[in-house]
Formats: sequence, C-alpha cells, structure tokens
Amino acid sequence: MTIELFIQNLFNALTVGSLYALIAIGYSMVYGILRFINFAHGDVFMVGAYLIFFGVTAAHMPWPLAALTAIAAASALGILVDRIAYRPLREAPRISALISAIGVSFLLENLGLVVFTGLPRPAVQPAWMVDPIPISLGAAGSIRILPLSFLVPLVTLLLVLGLLWVVNHTRPGLAMRAISRDIETTRLLGVSVDRIIALTFGLGSALAAAAGIMWAMRYPQIHPFMGVFPGFKAFIAAVVGGIGSIRGAVLGGLLLGTVEIMAVAFNPTLSGYRDAFAFVLLIVILLFKPTGLMGEKMEDKI
Amino acid sequence: MEKLIKTLAGAALAVLLLAVPAQAQVKIGVYLPLTGQNAFGGQLELDGVKLANQELPEVLGQKIELAVMDNKSDKVESANAVKRLIDRDKAVAIIGTYGSSLAMAGGEVAESAKVPVVGTSCTNPLVTLGKTYYFRACFIDPYQGAGAATYAVKNLKAKKAALLIDVSNDYAVGLGSFFKRSFEKLGGEIAAELKYNSGDQDFTAQLTEIVSKQPDVLFIPAYFAEGGIIMKQARELGANFRIMGGDAMDNPETVSIAGAAAEGFVHTTFPYDPGMTNMNPQAKAFTAAWKKANPSKETNVNAALGYAAYVMIYDAIKRAGEATPEAITKALAETKDLDTPLGRLTLDQDHNPAMPVGIIEIKDGKRVYIGEIQPE
Repeated sequence: MTIELFIQNLFNALTVGSLYALIAIGYSMVYGILRFINFAHGDVFMVGAYLIFFGVTAAHMPWPLAALTAIAAASALGILVDRIAYRPLREAPRISALISAIGVSFLLENLGLVVFTGLPRPAVQPAWMVDPIPISLGAAGSIRILPLSFLVPLVTLLLVLGLLWVVNHTRPGLAMRAISRDIETTRLLGVSVDRIIALTFGLGSALAAAAGIMWAMRYPQIHPFMGVFPGFKAFIAAVVGGIGSIRGAVLGGLLLGTVEIMAVAFNPTLSGYRDAFAFVLLIVILLFKPTGLMGEKMEDKI
Repeated sequence: MEKLIKTLAGAALAVLLLAVPAQAQVKIGVYLPLTGQNAFGGQLELDGVKLANQELPEVLGQKIELAVMDNKSDKVESANAVKRLIDRDKAVAIIGTYGSSLAMAGGEVAESAKVPVVGTSCTNPLVTLGKTYYFRACFIDPYQGAGAATYAVKNLKAKKAALLIDVSNDYAVGLGSFFKRSFEKLGGEIAAELKYNSGDQDFTAQLTEIVSKQPDVLFIPAYFAEGGIIMKQARELGANFRIMGGDAMDNPETVSIAGAAAEGFVHTTFPYDPGMTNMNPQAKAFTAAWKKANPSKETNVNAALGYAAYVMIYDAIKRAGEATPEAITKALAETKDLDTPLGRLTLDQDHNPAMPVGIIEIKDGKRVYIGEIQPE
C-alpha cells in the first residue's frame, strides 16, 4: 500500500471510529451510573436523526437551531422512556429492566415505521461540512478529507470533556457517582434518586441524538432501522473499551473503526469479511482483558 | 317432514352459493411490496395492473376481479400473501412481484399449490428456472448484466472496470458476476472487485482501494438505498470515473440521496419509459390510458410491467378457453408474439421473455432515457 492510500484510510478510520465513539459514550455513561444497558440507545439515535430532518425540512429551522431542538426533544424522550419503562422496574431484577429496554427498542423502531414510513429519506447536509478538502502530500500524492472528518472527532472530544466535567465536578454528578456505588445509601442521604436517574437518561439520550445527527451527515440516509447496526457496533466498542468508562468508550470506538477500515485496506479481496475481521480481533481483546481495555473490575455485568 | 324440507332448503342454498361466483367472475391475485423498502416500485406496478384491469375487464364473458395482498418487502410476508391469495381468494392466476428474493419465497408456495404466477420485475434467473408455474414479464439478470457491460464497452469506451458488490444479496451477486463475465468477454479488464454486506453504511475503505486503481467505470448492482451513499462517498474520495448500476437503482430516491454525486450515473432498466421517443403502439396506448386514469402521477417502467403481466394472463385465459390454473399455466408457457408496452413478448422454455435493455442516465438531476441496447 502506498503512503498516500494509508493516510487516506487513516482519515477514513478516524471518521467512522469517532462516530462509533460518539454513540458508545452514551451507552457507557448510562451503564457506568446505573449498571444497566440501555438497548433503546440506538433508537433514540434514530429519532434524533429524524427530528433534525423534520426540523429543517418541515419547520424550516436553520440547521444549528434544528440540531439543538432535536437534541432537547430526544433528551425529553429519554426521560419519558425512563419514567414509563424503567422506573417502575427499579426494584425488579436487573434482567427485567433489560428486557423492558429491548421492548422500548422494538417499539421505537416500529413506531418509526408507522409514523415516518419505511422509505429511506435523504438527510440534510450543510455543504460546508461535506465539501472535500484536497490535501497535497508532496511527492506521495494527495488525499481528500471532509471537513466533517475533523468536526466529528472534535464534537466527540468536547462532549466527552463536558460529560467528565458534569460527572466529576457538579453536584448532580456527585449524586450520579454515589448512585453508581450504592443506590439505597444515596437515597438515605436525601438525594432525589429518581430525579438524578432521569437526568442521566436525559444526558444519555442527548448524546444519542447528537450522534444520530453527526451520523446522518456522514451517511445521509435515514430510516427507522438506521440505529440498529451502529447501536450494535457502538455497544461492542463500549464493551471492548471497558463499559462504564467514558474514555474507554472513545478508545473502543476508534479501535473498532480503525480495524474495520484497515482490514479492508490491507486485504481488498477479502472485503466481504470486513465485520468478521473486526469482531475476531475484539474477541481476542476480550479473551485477554475481559473487563475491556480501560474497564475496572466490576460485578453484576450483563 | 320438516327435517326433509330443511335439508332440501339447505342443499338448494348450497347450490346457489356455489353457482353464483363460478359463473360471474375470474379472480386474479396480486402480491406486491406496497409498504417497506420496495414500496415505490410495488405501488406503481399495482397501478399498472389496475389500469390493465380497467382496460380489459372481462374475459370469456366473465368479469375479472383483482385480489390484492401487500408482501411488505419481506420474504415471509411474501410467502404468506401467496398462500392467502390461493386459499382464501381462490385466485386462478397471480401477478407479482417486485424483487427476486420476494418472488422466490412466494414462488415456492404457488409451485406446490399448482397456481401460475407472472412476475413483474423479479430478474434473478432462479425465480423461474426449473419452475412449472412461474413466468415473468421482464428480462433476466444475465441479460441485464451483459447489457450494462455492452454499453460500458461500446458507448462509454471503458477498458477497465471495478465492481463493488453486496455479498449478502442474491440480485447483486448474480448481476455483478454477469457483468464481469460479459465485460471480460468484450475485451475489458476487471481492475478491482470489492465487497460489502447489506446494511453497511461506510464504504470508504473499499472505495479508497477502487479509486486508487483508476478504473473507467464502477459497476454497483445495488439497491438505491446503498447505491446513493456509495456514489456520494466515491465522489468525496475523488472518484472521477463513471458509475453504473442495474434496474434496482431506478428510483427517485437515488438522486435525492446522492444529490450532485448522481450526475452522469447510468443504469440499465426495462425498455419502456414515458420519455422514450420510439414507442410502439401498445406503449403509446398505455401511456395515453395512464394519463387519463392518473393525471397527477407520472407513469414509469414498473407500471408498464404490471400492465404487461396482466395482459399476459388475460391473453393466456383467452387462448386457453377456460379460467382454471392448469389451463392458464399451459397457455402461458405458449405465449408467443404478444404485444405489450415492453415490446413483442415470446416466452422461452425457462419462461423468460427476450427484450432489449433500456439505458437511463442522470443528467442535471433528472433521469433521461437514452435508448435501448442489444446485449452482446
């Protein structure tokens, strides 16, 4: 492989990897605080992508306003889902909440099918984000990079920093960390546990919607099942990075993206096995480090 | 005595019930994707069938009635739809469907129930191969792949081609290999053959490799949903070669998803288009009838295929002289020189008609019908 192709593929990997990371941090945050895998995360991601689509095309909002509205509405959806489907199961065995989450996931997908129809729609892409910039590498040739390829890692970085700040330096963040240690004691200390958990879901859903918006810009086609595959891959990225760890989710996402792209780049004839390559490597990582790359030893994993 | 009267009355009623539908009507079943991913093509094919039913409402002095089922673009629903059309609606013949894998699922049911089916736009050879009861109104993929390769070599003067194929889709794998075979036979070289799986959204690694090989043409036998994204990502990576596809790209969403990246995209299709200049009399009559029936909606090739499938069954019933599944099957197999909007159709021993391959190019964001090509 020429150096030019390698660098181009490195940027391809950075783009797809940081998108996985963006979805994975939502999974990891909710898990880290509640020890609960929110399987509806990928579907909130889908709802976020539809909300910005309708915000721009139907409500004629400018793009940034539509993005903020979509994120706010998705976060309200997350809080609503928690109130209806998870909160009544707080005292039930953890597996019940997990099944409830799978139910919410199917409900959102099929509701999407009825409300939005199954026909894929083109997503809205502001031109300045997707006009490729040619970059000359001197003698090695030139590569082409989308502004979006810089924007997605930047957004991921900002959201991770913001999230770490909320969790580590604010009072609700302190309550979140307390809940993650011992929910009963936290309640006894006078913390409104339900309100903090609702806030956690609100934040997680906002992250999912932000990821959905970025994803739809890179892959401009939205449909009710668009969250299934990315959600699945991001979940795996979160587990490989060490679920519960926000930095681990970023690392896992970038690693998964890099392996997927490089597997094809180095073996073009075996490109049909792209996912297989990626997953074999991930299995190997988990065999040697069962808690994931940056995970702490924890009990009660699902 | 009272019991006897009751029995007699019951028997008379039964005779009456049995007799009335038998003399009044012929039931033709229709199964198409009216919802889901393939709804665009399925809906237009249904409109074409309905138009033909308005034009030719009676055969052998009996009224033809349509029974319509939605197969929801889903293989399982497709098999169920055919089962219901046969068991509940007692259809003597069935029209459908868009999509080869849907047709194969439905075909198994029809084959065991011995009811003839005429496919609309299911192009994989396996839909009718070795089947007694499946026929079709469209050409098959070896023919379409050869048509695309011929156009690439003869008209676009391509010498090097690349392929990007969805390995989990029968249609894509078949069409891709037929294109490859013809392209090499015509003296071209396959510079790269890359693969992906249905549902993938990121093709940058595959496309980076393809762009580096500098082919003259990239053939993507994809459905429009993935095809649109592939075109977009290829252009973002600096691809300046021509991109080509098959009939599954014939959808308005192709342009709305790919946007400017669709410019110059060429795909094969069936030889009918409302914009074609060399229409045969049947195509002209069909287009005029459509405009009268649906003034606000434009017709397309799928509507013409739905229309043609109905005409094939109508013609078979007329020649058979009776509307039973067995007689219709026998007459369908002998379909010869039947004039339809898609040309004069004659079915070969595998129940496939021969017809030229239509070529569409996207110019200034609009589909333009270039003309027909005879595959070599």
